[in-house]
Amino acid sequence: MWVDAFFFYLFAAVTLTGAVLTITRRNAVHSAMSLILSLIGVAGLFLLQRAEFLFAVQIVLYVGGIMVLFLFVIMLVNLDQAARMRQFSGQWWLALACVLAILAEMVYVLNRGSRAFQLAAPATAPEGGNVEQVADVLFKQYLVPFELASILLLAAIVGSVIMARKRV
Amino acid sequence: MLYPITPTHYLVLGAALLAIGTIGVLARRNIVIILMAIELILNAVNINLIAFSHHLGQVHGQVFAIFVITVAVAEAAVGLGILIALFRNRETVQADEINLLKW
Repeated sequence: MWVDAFFFYLFAAVTLTGAVLTITRRNAVHSAMSLILSLIGVAGLFLLQRAEFLFAVQIVLYVGGIMVLFLFVIMLVNLDQAARMRQFSGQWWLALACVLAILAEMVYVLNRGSRAFQLAAPATAPEGGNVEQVADVLFKQYLVPFELASILLLAAIVGSVIMARKRV
Repeated sequence: MLYPITPTHYLVLGAALLAIGTIGVLARRNIVIILMAIELILNAVNINLIAFSHHLGQVHGQVFAIFVITVAVAEAAVGLGILIALFRNRETVQADEINLLKW
C-alpha cells in the first residue's frame, strides 16, 4: 500500500523536523511549540499502526497535559535572560560526535539484522477493537504493574507539590 | 528498500529520534529544554514498542507504552517542580551554573 508509505514518511518528517527545532531554538516557547509538532507526528505514527488508544492518549496526555505544564513553567520562570545567553554548553561538539557515531552504528546493525525481523507471518488481527484488547491485557496480565503505576503517580503528585511550595 | 514499510523503518526512525534527544540532553544549557529532550527520548522508545507490537500482532507493547507514558508524566511533574524550587533559590536555569556539588 503506497498510502501507508506516504503517511509514514510524512509523519516521520514531521517528527524529526519538530525534534530538531526543539533542541535548536533559542526561545523556550518556540521549543515547546516544536515539541508539540513532534509529538503530533508520533501520534500519527501510532494511528498508522492501529494503536488508536495510544493515539488518543498521546494527544490528550502529552499535547494537552504535559505541554501545558511545560508552558506554565516557562511563563513562571523568567527566561528572557537565558535566551540572550550562550545556548550550548562547551562540550557540544563532543556530544555531537559521540551521538552520531552511536547512531551510525545502530542504523548499520539494524540494516544488517533486518532479515531477522521476519519472525512469523504477520499475525492475524485479534478479535475486538484496539481499546478492548489493550484493556483485556492491561487488567488481566498487568494488573499489579498498573496499581504500582498509580502509586508512582501519587508519589509524583505529592513530590511536585512539596517541591514547588513556597517554603521548602 | 524505501517502499514497503517494515519494522526496520520504524526502528531507524526511533534511533534517529533517540540521537536527537540525546544531543539535546548533552549539549543544551537550559534545563527546560533538557527536560523536553528527555520527552523526545521517551517517545523514541514508544515508537519502537508500538512497531514491534504491530509486527507481532499483539498488544503487550502498547501496554508497555502506557507505562512509559506514566513514567514520563511523573518525571515531567517532579522535574518541573524541582526547576521552580531551583529558580527560586538560585535565579538561574542554566545547567552548568548550578555547580554547588562540584569542587
